[in-house]
Amino acid sequence: MSSLLWEEVPISWFLLLSAALFSLGVLGFLIKRNLITVFMSIELMLNGVNLSFVTFAHQWHTVKGQIFVFFVMMVAAAEAAVGLAIIIAVFRARATLAVDRIDLMKL
Amino acid sequence: MNAHLPLWLIPLAPFAGFLINGILGRRLPKWLVTTVALAAPLAAFSVVLEAAAGVFGAGPLQKLLPQGLLPPVSLPLTETCPFAWINAGALHVDFSFVLDQLSLVMLLVVTGVGFLIHVYSVGYMGDDEGYARYFSFLNLFLFFMSVLVLAANALVMFIGWEGVGLASYLLIGFYFQKKSAADAGKKAFIVNRIGDFGFLIAMFLLLANFGTLTFTEIATKLGQDPGWQGGVVTVIALCLMLGAAGKSAQLPLYIWLPDAMEGPTPVSALIHAATMVTAGVYMVARNHVLFGHAPFALGVVAIVGALTAIFAATIALVQNDIKRVLAYSTISQLGYMFLGCGVAAYSAAIFHLVTHAFFKALLFLAAGAVIHGLGGEQDLRKMGGLWKKLPVTFAVTTVGVLAIAGFFPFAGFFSKDAILYAAFLQGANGRVLWLVGVVTALLTSFYMFRLWYLAFLGKPRSPEVHPHESPWSMRGPLLILALLSICGGWIGGTWAGVGRFGGFLAPSVGAGAAETGGSAHLELVLSLVAVGVALAGWLVAHLLYREKSTLAASLATALPGGYRLLADKYFVDEFYGATVVKPLLGLSKFFLEWVVEIGILGGAAWLLGGVAKLAGAALQRWQSGNLRSYAAWVAAGAALVLLFLLVPWATVLASLTAIHLGVAGH
Repeated sequence: MSSLLWEEVPISWFLLLSAALFSLGVLGFLIKRNLITVFMSIELMLNGVNLSFVTFAHQWHTVKGQIFVFFVMMVAAAEAAVGLAIIIAVFRARATLAVDRIDLMKL
Repeated sequence: MNAHLPLWLIPLAPFAGFLINGILGRRLPKWLVTTVALAAPLAAFSVVLEAAAGVFGAGPLQKLLPQGLLPPVSLPLTETCPFAWINAGALHVDFSFVLDQLSLVMLLVVTGVGFLIHVYSVGYMGDDEGYARYFSFLNLFLFFMSVLVLAANALVMFIGWEGVGLASYLLIGFYFQKKSAADAGKKAFIVNRIGDFGFLIAMFLLLANFGTLTFTEIATKLGQDPGWQGGVVTVIALCLMLGAAGKSAQLPLYIWLPDAMEGPTPVSALIHAATMVTAGVYMVARNHVLFGHAPFALGVVAIVGALTAIFAATIALVQNDIKRVLAYSTISQLGYMFLGCGVAAYSAAIFHLVTHAFFKALLFLAAGAVIHGLGGEQDLRKMGGLWKKLPVTFAVTTVGVLAIAGFFPFAGFFSKDAILYAAFLQGANGRVLWLVGVVTALLTSFYMFRLWYLAFLGKPRSPEVHPHESPWSMRGPLLILALLSICGGWIGGTWAGVGRFGGFLAPSVGAGAAETGGSAHLELVLSLVAVGVALAGWLVAHLLYREKSTLAASLATALPGGYRLLADKYFVDEFYGATVVKPLLGLSKFFLEWVVEIGILGGAAWLLGGVAKLAGAALQRWQSGNLRSYAAWVAAGAALVLLFLLVPWATVLASLTAIHLGVAGH
């Protein structure tokens, strides 16, 4: 039953979805000014990539892609922990989350 | 039978000495430095002696020694390095040595006199700080000199040729803290480069025309084809003569030799009197077949030799530095040798080379003993009356003076007469050369006796100095050389002409035309003329410097122009300075300072800096500091890479071309 469903959905759709997710992530990263939104956009990109990993793994009947996804998720989790901590620290110090204003490193 | 004669040991032993003393010398004890320095030339000399004994048979010696220790040697003996040296297309040069009559005679002089001078140096340089450095250079010189002498082809000879120039440079500038010594070294090196240029051109021409640099092969090819006459052969011979004139201090390149006296006196004796400066004569003799096919070049050799002989002799008349008198005398005697070569009397020239090595080394070493005894004084005017204080030196100098002046039966008499006799037999032009030679002999006798009177006789002119006789390490070589200066001429075997010596050398340098066609009567007359001229020179010197010592000074004031001209060496140095050195200096200063320094280097720096600055200014705008713009660039770059990877460019291009062609087809 489920295999039938799979066969109805071509592989390119998954890839298109993955690409769309990734592009949305990129767009959000570039356009948004709120640090948290930027952070979420990064997560979105990662998940777009994860989707294509899974897709290819399924297509080629290997498990490598799936394992890779686990790694990515792990890194993403670690990154979320560290990143949110940094964001909180930044907010405490600067009282703002606008990326354009966090410019102490500029000359 | 010959195979075991280790020719390679002759150059290599001094080279080992050079390496040991050059690298470790400063840390070794002095006795060890001395041992190494003396063992090296002694080893080379014993190999040469072994070869000589094998050649001459050494009669009783061979019977006494165990069988096979001194096997007979037949010349020429060639030894080639088993590895190919240069093998490039048509160019094939071996690193090979050849021992024939000519190189054997030369080697006996180089290693024999060289060894004596090494022994002498132990005493002379004993107190010098650069003791080990001195001996390493001296060994290096012997290495290169034996390579030069043993060379079987022009390229190997060139190695030795350049090498002795290097050793000469190092030893002239031995007291490099003294500016005049450093300058003299540079002068010698640079003037020699001019001659080396001629040698190089000659080698290129030899390769281009004969395809080989081996002396014997060139001689064979010249002999096979009578078409080799004049033309390119003359050009080659003249280029070789330029090289010889540089190395052997002939006109117009003689100017470096008097300045070379800045070096230690034993160096002047070994390099700048006995051996290195005779390399030019040796080279001409080596290439005698070539010169034989170039009569014009041979004439040039003879004329240059004769002119140099008389030119240098006139300068020597009025010099007051004892070493400078000897230096000009060396130039003059080298002129005699070239005169001998120029009249195709090669064995006479080599004969004079040998005897000159004996008596000139003797004179230089004796002068060294005088200078040593006087604590560094070289001015003849401050000497005088030394015969009482330095009896041994006085005795050997007397022998040397008699030998160079050409008195019977001293060495110089035989060899000088051999050359003059050969010149006399060369027709009318030869008579002119002979006359020049005889006048030179008169001048030689005069200035040598002038030196003798000024230095050793009369009253001491500087009573405050207390001369002392030199140590035995210096007196020993002096006595041996004095003995050689007396007996050295007897190997010739005839009154004039070269007789036995010429016969021995004939396989190497050919029997000159000059040695045939004379008569015993003529020989005797010419010898009498030569001795008479020498006596006249002595007499004039005696009158001027012994009988009336004021006469010389008043003569100088009576002829101020002539005296100045001679005392200032015809202003040749000044002439070269104004015509060659100054314009060159000015040109190189202009060229290096304005064209190279400011134009090329400055321009390049300015250009590079400008480009970097402009590029920086343009790229600076990219680095806005806006984080999101960086991210956008990263994304854009990634997109570009994807585009590049995903689009099948080959197909796209092919279809585009197809469309284009299709359009064109319509």
